[in-house]
Amino acid sequence: MENDKPVVAEEFRFSKEHEWVTIREGLAVIGISDFAQKQLGDIVSIELPKIGNEYKQMQEMAIVDSIKASSDIYCPISGKVVEINEDLLEHPEWLNQSSYELGWMVKIKPSNINEFENLMTKAEYDNFVGKIK
Amino acid sequence: MPMRTPFYEIHKSLNAKIVDFHGWEMPLQYSGIIDEHANVRKNVGLFDVSHMGRFKIKGPNAYDAIQNLVTNDISKLNDGHGLYSPMCYESGGIVDDVIVYRINKEDFLLVVNASNREKDFQWVIQHSQSSKIENVSDEIALLAIQGPLARNAMQEISESNLELLRPFDLISGDIFQTDCMISRTGYTGEDGFEIFFDSSRVEIWNKIMQSASRFNIKPSGLGCRDTLRLEAGLMLYGNDMDENTTPLEVPLKWTVKLEKEFIGKMALLNGKVNRKLVGFEVLERRIARHGNEVLVDGSKAGFVTSGSFSPTLKKSIGFCFVPLQVELNQLIEIDIEGKLYKARVCSTRFYKRN
Repeated sequence: MENDKPVVAEEFRFSKEHEWVTIREGLAVIGISDFAQKQLGDIVSIELPKIGNEYKQMQEMAIVDSIKASSDIYCPISGKVVEINEDLLEHPEWLNQSSYELGWMVKIKPSNINEFENLMTKAEYDNFVGKIK
Repeated sequence: MPMRTPFYEIHKSLNAKIVDFHGWEMPLQYSGIIDEHANVRKNVGLFDVSHMGRFKIKGPNAYDAIQNLVTNDISKLNDGHGLYSPMCYESGGIVDDVIVYRINKEDFLLVVNASNREKDFQWVIQHSQSSKIENVSDEIALLAIQGPLARNAMQEISESNLELLRPFDLISGDIFQTDCMISRTGYTGEDGFEIFFDSSRVEIWNKIMQSASRFNIKPSGLGCRDTLRLEAGLMLYGNDMDENTTPLEVPLKWTVKLEKEFIGKMALLNGKVNRKLVGFEVLERRIARHGNEVLVDGSKAGFVTSGSFSPTLKKSIGFCFVPLQVELNQLIEIDIEGKLYKARVCSTRFYKRN
């Protein structure tokens, strides 16, 4: 197998509401954390924002329904929605099965990339959820 | 102090997600609601339902007392058979929905909802007509074995001949050489059995799991119990009915026998019914929840009593109250957190087993 590109672990940052963000090609890719999906249980439907919608950091952006409860999903970084994961609408279970990959929800063109730095690092987030547990 | 069933430590050891259910620390799920739900529809699941209330009613007046307490008619009930019935207040509002088993003419067993154990016990004592009432909820454990392979699973654990056990029959039998009572009942829409036995015998849970393992029996929690009963069109007290609901408003008219006497009969005879409980299917990607408002022709007309995702149909379903004139297949709207979603009225029986 060819491996001509160096493998660099992407940096994920986390909000207190359990969304994750990573920056790919200048866009913020957003989803919910593994901790969040475990807390929610089986996720059965989602509502995603419209392309073109603009959000301020930590504004409500989407809704996730699990069997037992509905949860608001907050936009962890300000900006405009440029892409949504249409396939996820048909496969909400991907949020449970692959929350950091197949389960990405939206891509945002950030209006203030510095906000990324305000979010928790993986280590800070692990510590944060450790206290919730 | 939270209450626990005799199997609480087993649930913990199985890594169940434990939730509060009307003061009871109960398993919501083990492997996951959808997985457990699918397994009960396909194979067989084991449920701890020991939180439900069980009362013995005995004596020469027991028959008359129960006949007066329930809206259904126990006069045709043979020994070793049970029936489902609401109990009503004088107002016609529902105290609880229960199963009455006749052991013999002077010995009855009443199984009631966990959430109503104390209330029901007081209510039954008040109307006992001097029969002897005993609350045996803590000394008798109750497990439910539910699913198309429930009968196969039962044959592995019991010497009793269950072939002849019809729905709502109750027999004295044995499991693992322990005396028990076995009924052919459940709350899932599948074939199934409920086993009553001495609550000190907690090892029976693991024995059942081991003996029925080749039928892929899985521990099943309250989460899938709720989605299973919803698909099967079974009402839940506290959600779909309560003291402000009469049996004539929900699909329980078949349990109200106006040719006999019972508490609440006058109210049910004279009261006007102006709403009904129907099923609905949400046509958009949201789950409706208990308490969401229902709009008919743009005006508030009722509310959702139960709503969830149907793992079998892969749809958002539920029950709601609507005015009587609303018809099958009519489009309604449901207000979920301030936004309106389209839904279609349908039968409450979303799922019928083959």
